[in-house]
Amino acid sequence: MDWKQFQRIQSRRSFLSQVAGGIGSIALADLLHADTSPRKPHFAGKAKSVIFLFMEGGPSQMDLYDPKPALEKWHGQPAPASIMSKLQLAFTKTNASVLASPRKFARHGESGTEFADWIPNIASCADDICLVRSMHTEAFNHHPGQLLLFTGSQQFGRPTLGAWTIYGLGSESKNLPGFVVLSSGVGTSGGATNFSSGFLPSTYQGTLLRNSGDPILYLSNPEGVSGKTQRAALDALRDLNQMRLDESGDIEIASRMASYELAYRMQTAGPELVDFSGEDAATLEMYGLNNPKTKQHGANCLMARRLVERGVRFILLMNASWDNHTQLNKKLKDNCDSTDQPTGALLKDLKRRGLLDSTLVVWGGEFGRTPVCEIRNSTEEDNAGRDHHPNAYSMWLAGGGIKGGQVIGKTDELGFFIEEAPVHIHDLQATILQCLGFDHTRLTYRHLGRDFRLTDVGGLVVKKMLG
Amino acid sequence: MSQPVWIAAILLAPLLAQTPDFSAEVQPILRKRCIGCHAAKLQSNGLRFDDGKAALEGGYSGPAIVKGDSAASRLIQRVTATDKEIRMPKGAPPLSEAEIVTLKSWIDGGAPWPVTAGRSAAVSKPAHWAFQAVKRPAAAVVKNNAWVRNPIDGFVLARLEKEGIAPAAEASKATLFRRISLDLTGLPPTPRQVAEFLADQRPDAYERAVDQLLASPHYGERWARSWLDLAHYADSDGYEKDQVRPHAWRYRHWVIQALNRDMPYDRFAVEQLAGDLLPDAGVDQRVATGFLRNTLTNREAGVDREEARFEQLVTRTNTVSTVFLGLTMGCAQCHDHKYDPLSQRDYYRMLSYFDALEEVDIDAPLPGEVGPHIAALGGYEKKRDALLAEYHVPELMPQWEAKMIEAIDHPGRSPEWDFTVTSTKAMLDRAVKILKTPRGERDPRDQERLTDHFIHRTGATVGLDKEKMGRFKQLRSKLNELDKSLPRLSQAMTVRADEDFEKTQIRVRGDWRQKGIAVEQGPPAVLGGGKMGRLEFARWVASKESPLAARVQVNRAWAELFGRGLVRTTEDFGVKGEEPTHPLLLDWLASEFMAKGWSMKQLHRTIVTSATYRQSSKARKELTERDPENTLLARQARLRLSAEQVRDVALAAGGLLDTRIGGKSIRPPQPPGVAELSYANSVKWAASEGPDRYRRGLYIHFQRTSPYPMLMNFDAPDSNVACTRRARSNTPLQALNLLNDEVFFEAAKGLAWRLNEETPEGVGERIEHAYLAALARKPSEKERARLAAYHDAQSRIFEQEGSGLSAWTGVARVLMNLDEFIVRE
Repeated sequence: MDWKQFQRIQSRRSFLSQVAGGIGSIALADLLHADTSPRKPHFAGKAKSVIFLFMEGGPSQMDLYDPKPALEKWHGQPAPASIMSKLQLAFTKTNASVLASPRKFARHGESGTEFADWIPNIASCADDICLVRSMHTEAFNHHPGQLLLFTGSQQFGRPTLGAWTIYGLGSESKNLPGFVVLSSGVGTSGGATNFSSGFLPSTYQGTLLRNSGDPILYLSNPEGVSGKTQRAALDALRDLNQMRLDESGDIEIASRMASYELAYRMQTAGPELVDFSGEDAATLEMYGLNNPKTKQHGANCLMARRLVERGVRFILLMNASWDNHTQLNKKLKDNCDSTDQPTGALLKDLKRRGLLDSTLVVWGGEFGRTPVCEIRNSTEEDNAGRDHHPNAYSMWLAGGGIKGGQVIGKTDELGFFIEEAPVHIHDLQATILQCLGFDHTRLTYRHLGRDFRLTDVGGLVVKKMLG
Repeated sequence: MSQPVWIAAILLAPLLAQTPDFSAEVQPILRKRCIGCHAAKLQSNGLRFDDGKAALEGGYSGPAIVKGDSAASRLIQRVTATDKEIRMPKGAPPLSEAEIVTLKSWIDGGAPWPVTAGRSAAVSKPAHWAFQAVKRPAAAVVKNNAWVRNPIDGFVLARLEKEGIAPAAEASKATLFRRISLDLTGLPPTPRQVAEFLADQRPDAYERAVDQLLASPHYGERWARSWLDLAHYADSDGYEKDQVRPHAWRYRHWVIQALNRDMPYDRFAVEQLAGDLLPDAGVDQRVATGFLRNTLTNREAGVDREEARFEQLVTRTNTVSTVFLGLTMGCAQCHDHKYDPLSQRDYYRMLSYFDALEEVDIDAPLPGEVGPHIAALGGYEKKRDALLAEYHVPELMPQWEAKMIEAIDHPGRSPEWDFTVTSTKAMLDRAVKILKTPRGERDPRDQERLTDHFIHRTGATVGLDKEKMGRFKQLRSKLNELDKSLPRLSQAMTVRADEDFEKTQIRVRGDWRQKGIAVEQGPPAVLGGGKMGRLEFARWVASKESPLAARVQVNRAWAELFGRGLVRTTEDFGVKGEEPTHPLLLDWLASEFMAKGWSMKQLHRTIVTSATYRQSSKARKELTERDPENTLLARQARLRLSAEQVRDVALAAGGLLDTRIGGKSIRPPQPPGVAELSYANSVKWAASEGPDRYRRGLYIHFQRTSPYPMLMNFDAPDSNVACTRRARSNTPLQALNLLNDEVFFEAAKGLAWRLNEETPEGVGERIEHAYLAALARKPSEKERARLAAYHDAQSRIFEQEGSGLSAWTGVARVLMNLDEFIVRE
């Protein structure tokens, strides 16, 4: 069986007939031999890749992005009952007192967007950043919140944003997976469900790039198996598989042969990817790789840029945890100290290499934090923290089709609720897909007798975000 | 108007205002503005205005019309609402003032609805095939009777003959033997078994082999794994905390044993759904209800318990519906099903079975546990009580309980105690119920759990004796030490009827907070089920009375053995599911299944002894265009093995497999950094030692947030919801897994060792033996030559490199990476 014949048969497989029902304008011809080969979106999108900087746990928006000087007036007093009665809270009781932010805010860049003093490096990219101060979500616990953020639903089993992206666009990389996950900190509530392919074929799931040992699971040969042995084995394997293919005529064997060759290329590309020796000293310094505090997140940010350069489509970079129920002033500072410099470096590095225009960068958590304080131990000094707040919080986007130097939305005086331009998680997802060239209502997959999509039954593209 | 007349008009107005005539004035409004969404066909939110009785009863949220009180009537509230999201009719202009006045006066006048006006449109019995009773079809008439081994073949051949296609030739004996071994036990045959089978010239050698495999205890393991997919079994809670469930395996064990004993499917269903209610319920029957305990438990401290519980009820309802009815009822959680005749009322009638349950972990001692436990118990309790007394627990705990109850009753007084209450609720099941039961009246096990919780996770200490509480650390380590002296009875996760259960209310739009009307327990109306209790329901759900029970189960068996169901959508027999490719065959199998007493072994035997099953799986070039998906069954299918089987065949070929049946979960070695991905690196993965390391894949501990990576690489389900058919993907990560994972390399070394030790020297002979061990067949000349060439080249490489490895390890590794190795042909 020759390659052409193989392709022709593959194109009729049931997977494709399922795809054909939903994906619309993507021609079957674009979805040939490998499920992850590159294909065209609904229309030309500006973003070719996405780096999602997921700050797990719920970063505190009024200490970073959304200044609320009015909190000073109320500090230490119970918040108005009329407000508190409308909140669903995890731990805080309705008589909790207001907690002002000790942070100093200043305007940055030509746009003059206000940022807090703990994130000077992110702030220095103000003119590239579209800050959304009016995010909202339904979920107020971590795992459900993360499911909603990444899959559009609080239920298990749906594909994640990264999986949808590869499903729609395929992968440009011949030697690396199209959806790569990087993680630093303590681990996330969502774990693998944040990068699962759900009911989509497993070829779309994220591959975790590991911080220690093999960068990809089982990437290096077993002990005693050299490159030469591996190649000799693969050659024998290929020939014997070919004999079985001739005998049985099952095209899956050809697929498996292709998988083994890609695996072999990954074995070379993987170590090259994680080898930073080609990066100059200034770059390593800029990402904070010489500083133990910033090193973990810095290495992940630098890796993200290298992945984009190598054609990887979707990079989920997780940092945990920003879930500061207590000791906000100490813990949030730790979060900022370990991530701000690398994050700023990533934006600047992408920009100077001309990659920012085609790379969409998203920063945020699964929800925000309350303007009132949570105290779990009243005897300890500076124990105050903030509870989960899904009603109004901040995220930001940059690059890849996003208009920087602007602020979307407004929250009320104390930051409890949104006053202008609310952006729901589904709206954010619709906008991200728009940047990639998809009409979110048409990127669908048939499952259990229904056409599913990332944005479930909601989602409106936030036009103002787009450049 | 003169004044007296004017006053009289005001006074008389309410009396004079005539109630509008229903047919002339009210009904036209309802017809024009309401019945588009609220009539027999589309009863949005369970409400209809085309039928008087139904209209006055109301919808899922309750009555819409309160006779004589328009202000209290939801109908009026909704048509006059200012919020567009709420105002009816939705997405249309509001009712006119005059229309509203007419409706109001009609309601205030008692909402008279003449019996003759608007009669109920009879809901026609759905014509959908799957809702019709199973009828046993007559045997199919075919020309080539010689090919037919049993009635299955008649139905398949009739179709093929109609298409002018001949069936495929029978697969070779060697292929058939590996096929039935893998299909019935999940394990490959050993070279000796292959030789024996090939030498058996008796005409019924194949049937004998089938019977032997059906009698093998590995049969239960093989088919248990498929059932565990449906039950979405796992060894941990899921969600953020993802705590280990140390006793979950008891349910898995029960499934294996039930299948090995060939428990009839109807009994199998009853024990899992209502084993606790059976008149003769023993420990086994209670353990079976572990089926309902595989739902996730969210122990995030901030979780609202009611919401989390509702999520579990939803999962149970969806699981039972998928597994036993083959229907995707999930849609009806929020609204009437868009395609299938399933209403939201139906959904909550089903959900009510689970609403009326509570989770309970019971003592379920294994053989040999009771004696030593009882012998040690007396001494243990004495010492424990002494320890508790020494550390003032009997004095402190009532104070703690009082603080807890105060915080439960009066939240907001103390943030510390509030937090402790919230986290206690998350960590200790039924915490509030236990706390509120007076001491002395508590179930002793509950009391023990509460005491343990108090000692190990006290939480707040405000208002308690700091100094005494401070010594708990010491107490904890002493208790842990003491615990070692008591051999514990094994536990099992089960359910039982909740004595406090009152009623289930429909949740409007699926929102757990919005409670609508109450419903009674029962199966979906379209399937003909009236009101029935849980035991009755469990008996009905796998009975002749349910048109879906047998069909859904035989179809799954078919899918396992052919790679595709007769109904391809194994999870959906509804209107949106696919129609059966061979409807008569499906019904014959279903009726045969029931006639043979719901025996699953008989069902499998019937299928695998058919000529249809025995066909070769080679692709047929002439049919690739005509029947690319082989829906006509003109051949068998080549199927990649399941994740667990991929492991099993490697361990078996390598001679490493530990063949003990059942028991606890095991943890094979996995690379560092996998378990650490989960929340706060909370999951510890200590690799099993000794033979446990080499147990079958179905025994691998399944940690929901960081599952064993090899399982996920090969498409094992995530175990969060019922999975009726696995994907069979083909990825480079699988290649890396098989090439480089220590487990597989060890298996290759194992096979190499056997080749070196157990077979005569000579490259040719050894290659032949290696093929038999790995693929249960002899190599072709071409294959033998290629592998011999590789063997020689590899010898040279290893020699040059001084690796110390045998070239046979290389050969074994190549064989164990062949596509054929992980495929059932």
